[in-house]
Amino acid sequence: MYLSHLSSLLPDSSPFLAATIGGILIGLSAVLLMGLLGRIAGVSGIAAGLMSPQGSNNRGWRMAFILGLVIAGFLFKPLASTTPLPLTLPPLLLVAGLFVGFGSVLGSGCTSGHGVCGLGRRSMRSLTATLVFMSAAFATVFLLRHV
Amino acid sequence: MKLIVSLLIGMLFGVGLVVSGMSNPANVLNFLDLAAITGGQWDARLMFVLGGAVIITSLGFPFLMRRKQPLFAQKFSWPTTASIDKRLIIGASLFGVGWGLAGYCPGPAFASIGAGAIDMLYFIPAMIVGMWLATKVR
Repeated sequence: MYLSHLSSLLPDSSPFLAATIGGILIGLSAVLLMGLLGRIAGVSGIAAGLMSPQGSNNRGWRMAFILGLVIAGFLFKPLASTTPLPLTLPPLLLVAGLFVGFGSVLGSGCTSGHGVCGLGRRSMRSLTATLVFMSAAFATVFLLRHV
Repeated sequence: MKLIVSLLIGMLFGVGLVVSGMSNPANVLNFLDLAAITGGQWDARLMFVLGGAVIITSLGFPFLMRRKQPLFAQKFSWPTTASIDKRLIIGASLFGVGWGLAGYCPGPAFASIGAGAIDMLYFIPAMIVGMWLATKVR
């Protein structure tokens, strides 16, 4: 209940401030995961590692990190902006999920692994991946909304 | 100990996603809609989120790279691959298409389970199947 009052700390007039603060928290999370556990905060990599046969002894921290994401979504929902969700039809969601899962693992990273962490390491490989997936996403939204 | 630390760091990541508005796919799609720039309706926030995050990692990572060992683990697992190959380009392209279709990438997708988004009934199982398929191809 008290959490709903927290949203008043982030007035609608400062969406860019909230975005920057949120980004800083994400960056801090990535630095802490490396500094404390020695791991890259790439969500697709963390999830995909759960499926790898060799990693049965390091499944725990992966599950815990993902559980943390889920819990944060639950606890801090009142902080989320109130824009109504767009109606993406279930068949489209299935295709989207399949592409996101397959593509991020094939390309060894997603917005967090290549974007947040890779760019912070000044990796050319991650910069390339980020430019490619951004361009593909720009093109996809253009086709969906304007063609 | 490691589990609690990881859980809290995951929560911090999730809070960042929620506070920044990026757990809401509408905000992501409105950023990806570049054509909206001409109409003045473009949502630039994702750039600020990524910018804020990268400022912190680009300050923190070089500091950590000079250190020998993380606090609660044996070694740093820095990525070692540097090659820009076909798999990277194809993978990133497919990921980008999926991201543009619904506005969800893996982090916000997991946070959205907690927020109770019905979308995740479809998206999460499909994403897991996609990841599993890719580990077979790789």
